[in-house]
Amino acid sequence: MSQIGPVLVDGIIYSAWLFIAAVGLTLVYGVMKILNVTHGSFYALGAYAGASLTGAWLARGFPPMLSYAVLLGGALLVTLVFAPAIERGLLRFMYAKDEVVILLVTYALFLILEDTIKLIWGVNPYFVAEPYALLGSFEVGGLRYPTYNLILVGLALALSAGLAWVLHSTRVGKLLLAVIHDPEMSRALGVNVDRFYLVTFTLGSLLAAIGGSFTAPTVSVVPGLGVDVIVLSFAVVVIGGLGSLPGAALGAVIVGLVRSVSVHYLPQVELFVIYSVMALVLAFRPRGLFGLAEPRRI
Amino acid sequence: MAALLEAQGLNKSFGAVTAAEGVTAAIEKDSVVGLIGSNGAGKTTFINMITGYLKPDSGSIRYEGRDITALAPRDIARLGICRSFQVPQLYSSLSVRENMLMALGIMLHNADLGGFFSFGRPSVPGHEAPAEDVADRILGRFGLSGYADRNAQVLPGGLRKLLDIALTMAARPRVLLLDEPTSGVSAQEKFGIMEVIMQAVKAEGATVIFVEHDMEVVSRFAGRVLAFYDGRIIADAPPEAALNDAEVRRYVVGGFHA
Amino acid sequence: MKPDRTPALLGTVLAAVVLGGLALPQWTLFILTIAFAQGLVVLGLMLLQRAGLVSFGQALYYCIGAYTAGGLGRAFGTGDLFVQMLAGAAAAALVALMLGFLLARYRGIFFGLLSLALSMIFYGLIVKSEALGSTDGMNLVKTTLFGVRPDAAWVRYAMAVAAACLALGAAFLTHRYLKTPLGRLGPAIKDNEIRVEYMGASVRYAIHVNYVIAATLAGAGGALAATSVGHIDPEMAYWTTSGEFVFIAILSGAGSVVAPFFGALVFGAIHTVAYDVSPNTWQMSMGAALLLAIVFLPDGLWSLFVRRRPG
Repeated sequence: MSQIGPVLVDGIIYSAWLFIAAVGLTLVYGVMKILNVTHGSFYALGAYAGASLTGAWLARGFPPMLSYAVLLGGALLVTLVFAPAIERGLLRFMYAKDEVVILLVTYALFLILEDTIKLIWGVNPYFVAEPYALLGSFEVGGLRYPTYNLILVGLALALSAGLAWVLHSTRVGKLLLAVIHDPEMSRALGVNVDRFYLVTFTLGSLLAAIGGSFTAPTVSVVPGLGVDVIVLSFAVVVIGGLGSLPGAALGAVIVGLVRSVSVHYLPQVELFVIYSVMALVLAFRPRGLFGLAEPRRI
Repeated sequence: MAALLEAQGLNKSFGAVTAAEGVTAAIEKDSVVGLIGSNGAGKTTFINMITGYLKPDSGSIRYEGRDITALAPRDIARLGICRSFQVPQLYSSLSVRENMLMALGIMLHNADLGGFFSFGRPSVPGHEAPAEDVADRILGRFGLSGYADRNAQVLPGGLRKLLDIALTMAARPRVLLLDEPTSGVSAQEKFGIMEVIMQAVKAEGATVIFVEHDMEVVSRFAGRVLAFYDGRIIADAPPEAALNDAEVRRYVVGGFHA
Repeated sequence: MKPDRTPALLGTVLAAVVLGGLALPQWTLFILTIAFAQGLVVLGLMLLQRAGLVSFGQALYYCIGAYTAGGLGRAFGTGDLFVQMLAGAAAAALVALMLGFLLARYRGIFFGLLSLALSMIFYGLIVKSEALGSTDGMNLVKTTLFGVRPDAAWVRYAMAVAAACLALGAAFLTHRYLKTPLGRLGPAIKDNEIRVEYMGASVRYAIHVNYVIAATLAGAGGALAATSVGHIDPEMAYWTTSGEFVFIAILSGAGSVVAPFFGALVFGAIHTVAYDVSPNTWQMSMGAALLLAIVFLPDGLWSLFVRRRPG
């Protein structure tokens, strides 16, 4: 079966993208118990910031190789502008409410941010492909792949290693794990849970923004970019287990491979299978494959 | 004559913890049985198994000769075996009367799956009177009439317990299991509350099994006592005999785990 | 016993549409019809909400209703509104009957996520289906009412009146349902499921029934919307459509069977006005409206008309 190579490569690349896109969502849920719809907005914000800033950078004739740093910087900038404001200015007043209500608040914010993006960047597509094309391509099994995709894979690996290190080896990280496991107890032990919420929300949004900005060179950045991402991220995170970071990785790999297989053999069922896996996981193991969350299930 | 409710050789463990071991008891119709024992001795586990919340690892429970061991709580309730809860399970967003009407409404629902065609004021099965009248009657028996329009949440602890038990009366239970009916109530009020409960319950003709830590309440109201320790029944006798039993004195009345 | 004002209210609304509709412009009649369609879906959401559940996947049934209507036209040339709505409702009910066995066991965010997943599965199916027009969707045959195709000048009015009759009729039936013992279980389930089970009622059964009713309403609404617009596409099953329904549900509140239609109308009005004023900020306006509703009107717009009884 000569298809296996391309299926695997495509699968890995897509999994990497999915992981970067979804990991922030599971982090925010794990710590704050919020399903954050603005996650999709930050993805889009990152894409727009990355694309527009890189476009400007390259237009001024600055070194193209540094455009990757610009992508990162754009994501960082846009996150710092919006995330703390959202968390401190609105979300923190909602924490006492029902989780579904908080989800609706983030949905309302998502709607607002969709148009905020249009106001800032207009409605015309941004197409900044240079960082994508810059690195050339490589060959696997007779097919050529842009080397840029390796950056995505590398980024995914770096992020997972980085997050794992932060969570397990640093003091802040361990406190974060404690808050994930038991916010009440953590608060009782003197942990400043509110500050953790701010940091977590910002970090989760940053991860989404990075996902968006590093995807920007590969697509035409248009309004509505975050809409598909958010529901796909939900699927990844549910499959892996809400609040579990290794779960997000496993969920990303599963969805990535499943999608890759279907795209190569039976393209019509691509979306069908992804969401079927999500439904199956919810039906048979609602807490997800590595889940921590207590499923509300009778 | 077969007893109304029979437990035979019930065993239940949670890992290393033995919650029930060889529990065997026969409850006669119209009796009042007190369950005593320190916390963790197996009283609540016993109630949970009878009401279907827990399935015993082995052993059987028969009600009117019929094996009910494997039934769901819902089905056991429908047979006429009802329970009250240590923490009163009320509809906190409703008033006292609304709580009662909701409970009676469930009886109507149980009798007629859907009830889409019930117009006017249907008779509540078992009570043969419209729900509003039955609600007032039951609330009256429990001394809750004065609180009928108050929100259930704001009732003081003892009254919440009474309401919790009053709600079970909507089902006209044949067997009523009361899980610590006087807990959280001050020592002076315990007797008063039990009097109200027993009068109201006995007026409906139910067999009563209640969990209680206060030995005076047990002596006064129970005709028979089952003493639990470490998952086993260590005494099964009328109150005076049971409370003077050496093992019971050691493991239960004394108050400390061995 | 308080007199039941709802039938009178429903009648008043119907009269208002029949009489007032004569004076309304075509585009308003269209929005009104869509409001009835959406209101039907939201009425179903209201039933679930009473039991403490929020479905993020009602678009599934909305879309099933719509595609059933479209399919009927394609296969049999039927454009009759009543047939389409009946068929749409029936198809949705059938699917919900099956899915309900699974969903009735879930609560909270997991109920929401599973309902979302199921609607996205359907979306995935139809968006890639060439036969159904994939992303373009398909057009519907011209609407008829009892086999009669109204005059072009009267079509919108006729549709609005028909929609009003059917939607308000459904609302009346729902209202009757809510007065039955089963219909009253919702708030008890939301408040204390344990109590309900220990009184011998099956919570799962009650939720299953409510779920099927909600789906039936959504299916009818979808067929109505499809016929009014004359076009269907997979977007009708997408999560954003479900989100809109939940939005309207929050806006409406659960105070009366009339509330969803009122909420849908307000939603439609805000949408139209906001879009006219500035096409690139209408979503922002909607988002702001939703936030304001959540924060200041937790019981929905209907709570403005009803004075709360003191607890």
